[in-house]
Amino acid sequence: MASITLNNVVKTYDDGFTAVKGIDLDIADGEFVILVGPSGCGKSTLLRMIVGLEDITDGELRIDDRVVNDKAPKDRNLAMVFQNYALYPHLTVYENIAFPMRLKSSDVDDKEIDERVKRASRLLELDEHLERKPANLSGGQRQRVAMGRAIVRNADAFLFDEPLSNLDAKLRGQMRTEIARLQRSLGITTVYVTHDQTEAMTLGDRVAVLRRGELQQVASPRGLYEQPANLFVAGFIGSPPMNFLNGAVEGDTLRLPMMDVPIDDRLRAAIGDRSTVIVGVRPDAFQDVDAMENEPSDGVRVSVEVEMTEWLGEVLYAYVPFETDEAVRETLSQLDKDLDGESLRTEMVIALDANSLITGGDTANLWLSPDSLYVFDPETSVNLTRDESRAEKLEEQGRTQRQRALERAKEREAKATA
Amino acid sequence: MRAMTWPQRIGWIVITVAVLVWSLFPVFSILMTSFKTPGGLFSGTLLPEEWTWENYGEILAPGGGAQELFLTSLRNSIGISLIATAIAVVLATLCAYAIARLDFPGKRMILVTALAVSVFPVVSIVTPLFNLWRSIGLYDTWLGLIIPYLSLTLPISIWTLAAFFRQIPWELEQAAQVDGATPFEAFRKTVVPLAAPGVFTTAIIAFFIAWNDFVYGISLTSTDAARPVPAALSFFTGASQFEDPTGAISAAAIVVTIPIVIVVVIFQRRIVSGLTQGAVKG
Repeated sequence: MASITLNNVVKTYDDGFTAVKGIDLDIADGEFVILVGPSGCGKSTLLRMIVGLEDITDGELRIDDRVVNDKAPKDRNLAMVFQNYALYPHLTVYENIAFPMRLKSSDVDDKEIDERVKRASRLLELDEHLERKPANLSGGQRQRVAMGRAIVRNADAFLFDEPLSNLDAKLRGQMRTEIARLQRSLGITTVYVTHDQTEAMTLGDRVAVLRRGELQQVASPRGLYEQPANLFVAGFIGSPPMNFLNGAVEGDTLRLPMMDVPIDDRLRAAIGDRSTVIVGVRPDAFQDVDAMENEPSDGVRVSVEVEMTEWLGEVLYAYVPFETDEAVRETLSQLDKDLDGESLRTEMVIALDANSLITGGDTANLWLSPDSLYVFDPETSVNLTRDESRAEKLEEQGRTQRQRALERAKEREAKATA
Repeated sequence: MRAMTWPQRIGWIVITVAVLVWSLFPVFSILMTSFKTPGGLFSGTLLPEEWTWENYGEILAPGGGAQELFLTSLRNSIGISLIATAIAVVLATLCAYAIARLDFPGKRMILVTALAVSVFPVVSIVTPLFNLWRSIGLYDTWLGLIIPYLSLTLPISIWTLAAFFRQIPWELEQAAQVDGATPFEAFRKTVVPLAAPGVFTTAIIAFFIAWNDFVYGISLTSTDAARPVPAALSFFTGASQFEDPTGAISAAAIVVTIPIVIVVVIFQRRIVSGLTQGAVKG
């Protein structure tokens, strides 16, 4: 059990490329932190620096307040699950899990090895596969063997490097729950790397969003969703992603491509004296006027041309094309590239109630609350509508939730072994 | 795969028999010659008219005319080839591991040099080497043969082993290190067991190459102190100076070839996979 602290950690390769540009991160004991970002953002490099497989060019890495920059991987007492599992093909599942304990550095006797391996295999439901070789196992089973090898060591922290990316979608969902359950019951500090924002949102106590080696924001999933710090985080978190529109300020009205929004105090405070801003609105902020029961008075009505719709059973997606203004095209195009997109989206995605009868070609009457709009600075990409006090409250909420969950898990464990 | 029809089957059997006869006939012929009496050597028939063990006796039994010559050369061959193979495999393992895992300046140079050395014609080096060995005293010694044999065995060993090591994912050692192993321990426990088949196959291939050499063997030796078998075979003498010791030579050839054939047959699958390992990724 340990806390991990990164102080201004930098990684520069021999050819001059800086993969990690000074990251500060505090991971508390027992916390599940996720490192997420598009490919090439430095998250795997960061993980490998924590475990010791990459040298740290500059900055400090502390595990439990001891500086460990120069320690070999074997001296850091961390367990890692690799992306392609790295199971030893010449050993059985039993021996794979027992491997760490059979090394010279650990003095565990055979009886205890057997106990620990059996305990891990029971937890991960590998009992019937103990005598088989990795080559004969399915992807999910190999995944569990890799986790078994990690948990059998009583390590200070677990590190996962995109463990679910080699599994099919259904299995991924199942294993995600397994990992979450495992972490809750063992209560061990965990650092998890993924490029999938769904995994990030569902698994983490806190999520660190990285972009090109720089830390964009560290917050609970709710905090990232509701109070993103900048354009990148807003566009990365949430599926379907947030829509970005160019907003021209004209007096007391904010002109968007398909609607005009009156500027209230909150928006005025955010916009300041800018003449152009980027406005972000989540797909679920809109509602179909015809499907609403009572329409609140503080909203804005908007009529949009819907090009096409996708009905998925529990939701209806409507696509509304629009023209992006020249002023913000550059910023948005760059953002799209960073988010691994293929071309600049000039379509707004709206998520409506599944009962809505809107279809492609219709003019939809929608309702929107200005409170759900985000305003971003077109140059710095900072979220101007970010509410610090609300963000802090969300973090506090997150911390309390985690505490409760850990305590519940400990009670369950105590009851199970009693 | 559809099962073969009878005409296809017969066709394949015919082809197989033809290929077998074509390849094995010379070997069979030598085998038969080794059982012929000196008089029956030129009888013109394949099978001996009179079967005799005297050729084998001559080279193996104490008191045989060529026995001392043959047995000492056999001892030389086995010893020199084994030592050259052992040294080559150990050095090649270290070299191949570095080449497969690390990126260092001169890596390509090493591989290209190894290739160049192995295609360089042996016959052009032999004369200067003869002079050099005589002046430094390595002429007609085991070491004097082991060193040139390394030039034959090292390149192929490096190439084959590098291909093997490349197939072993680096993550295995990294995982072992994270689990608590020192780098050497990680190598020993994860890479060595997986590379063992590769090392074994490389050793067999290297051994054959050293064993079969003739040019170095005949040029760099003058007495039976270090003369290997292929060279020694040319020194067999017949009953009189007009008679070629064909029978004895045939018997010697059989004695020398049979163990190799047995080893290859037992390990054939390993050897073929060893040669084609690096060809396709996966």
